[in-house]
Amino acid sequence: MKQEILRILTEDAHISAARIAERLDTTEKKVEKVIKQLEKDNVIIGYKAIIDESILPENAVKAIIEVKVRPEREGGFDKLAKRLSKFPEVSSLYLMSGGYDLQVVVKGENLQDVASFVSSKLSTMDGVISTATHFLLKKYKESGKILHEEEVNERLKITP
Amino acid sequence: MKGSKSPRKRVAEHISSLPKSGIRDFFELVNTMEDVISLGIGEPDFITPWRIRENAVYSLEKGYTSYTSNLGLLSLRKEICKYLKSDFGLSYAPEKECIVTVGVSEALDLAIRAIINPGEEVIYNEPCYVSYPCEIKMAHGIPVPVKTREEHQFAIFPNDLRKAITPKTKLLMLNFPCNPTGAVLDDKTAAEIAEIAVENDLLVITDEIYSELSYEKHAPSIASYPGMKERTLFLHGFSKAFAMTGFRIGYACGPADLIDAMMKIHQYSMLCAPITAQKAAEEALKHGKKDMAKMREEYRERRNVIVKKLNEAGLKCLMPKGAFYVFPNITSTGLTSMEFATRLLREQKVAVVPGTAFGPSGEGYVRAAYAASMENIIEATEKISLFVKSLKQA
Repeated sequence: MKQEILRILTEDAHISAARIAERLDTTEKKVEKVIKQLEKDNVIIGYKAIIDESILPENAVKAIIEVKVRPEREGGFDKLAKRLSKFPEVSSLYLMSGGYDLQVVVKGENLQDVASFVSSKLSTMDGVISTATHFLLKKYKESGKILHEEEVNERLKITP
Repeated sequence: MKGSKSPRKRVAEHISSLPKSGIRDFFELVNTMEDVISLGIGEPDFITPWRIRENAVYSLEKGYTSYTSNLGLLSLRKEICKYLKSDFGLSYAPEKECIVTVGVSEALDLAIRAIINPGEEVIYNEPCYVSYPCEIKMAHGIPVPVKTREEHQFAIFPNDLRKAITPKTKLLMLNFPCNPTGAVLDDKTAAEIAEIAVENDLLVITDEIYSELSYEKHAPSIASYPGMKERTLFLHGFSKAFAMTGFRIGYACGPADLIDAMMKIHQYSMLCAPITAQKAAEEALKHGKKDMAKMREEYRERRNVIVKKLNEAGLKCLMPKGAFYVFPNITSTGLTSMEFATRLLREQKVAVVPGTAFGPSGEGYVRAAYAASMENIIEATEKISLFVKSLKQA
């Protein structure tokens, strides 16, 4: 049941335990118990709304920054990555294979915000060799949700 | 003047005698109404998975716009046979035991026409898909419905089948998982039906268009029982499992002599199924199974919800094991199927299909399809609950 509940929550984290129980033909109590356990085990680490910021008046700026790093003898990339992840400006942080090491997703209120974080904090850190900042221009899909309107085809209302 | 002679009838007799069901009027009524929540649609509410559509577009770009072999693209037939081997345990030779058709409807038409001589009897489970009796009549056969009952979970009851067999019976048509009841066969029943078919030397058409949409343990295809493969035509297609109704691709697999006979009719009437759709179907089998499994899980959840809500609303509703239909019993309301469906539509703007659309055995039931969004299912069942309550107060 864990897998089913996780799948449903991934699609809609807002759904109630009662509704999940109806779908899976089980009781609300059992669903609540499984969710509690998933939270306890840190399988579920949070619930967030997916927001199309472009509609909001205060338009947040998002940038993806490729960072090349000199790994340390003890701890490799972890020490620097952990330090970086503490900055509230950093919304996601991944260690990557390929042409660079860390991919840092940074959110700020405006361009200056992001620029100053990169120049004063990120690039000055020990171990950071280089950075390349890419500003996000437009979102088409976010966390599995397509953000543009798709034409809906009219179907027959009733068919055998 | 030779005016006394009555004018020649323009329409062939076996066509003009086809039943003009009252259901047409009901369908027309639904289609003229605005803001209807429909649980009356017999097709997936999903759009065909993108990777399948994309492959159809790609095939057009590459210039695949020609006829194909009458039997269908060999590469598609190979994929079909591979799939039937791995997922159904059935072995067919793609070169001569498989034909690609324009939907499973064409496969059914070809099969009946290839088998039936005028006056021969065809047995089938009823309630059933609307075209069954008409297809048989168009082939000048005699339809012999066997009523399936709620107390048997709408599976065909072997003794009922035995009673329907006469010396004129040539063919048995089965559709499990079933439209409209959602019934499947269990292993014991399937084995017994297979025995009856062998004993009476019947040919069998098994229409398994809903086979991927089964939610619990069920019997393997009837074609896999002893003595069955050589007498069975296995009919299937892409419409339901892969949400590809508009592509119109079905197929039949079975003994080479029967496939060859079907091919003759197909070659002179249809020539071949459209190549764009065949290319899309190939992609569905190669890479579409994950999408299919995802849709099935979604249907399963909707099924659980709709069955619970209908029972709470006071309509006795079995938990169907396959397809995407529920077939609740509405006799407690005191209305006929048609009255129930018409009043529900007028009073609550919810569309379901009267059980009688699927043959007289459907009286006392309506079909609700859960190939609808979860929100629509919840809203529709709430309205059905209000409707049932209003009947009790009256």
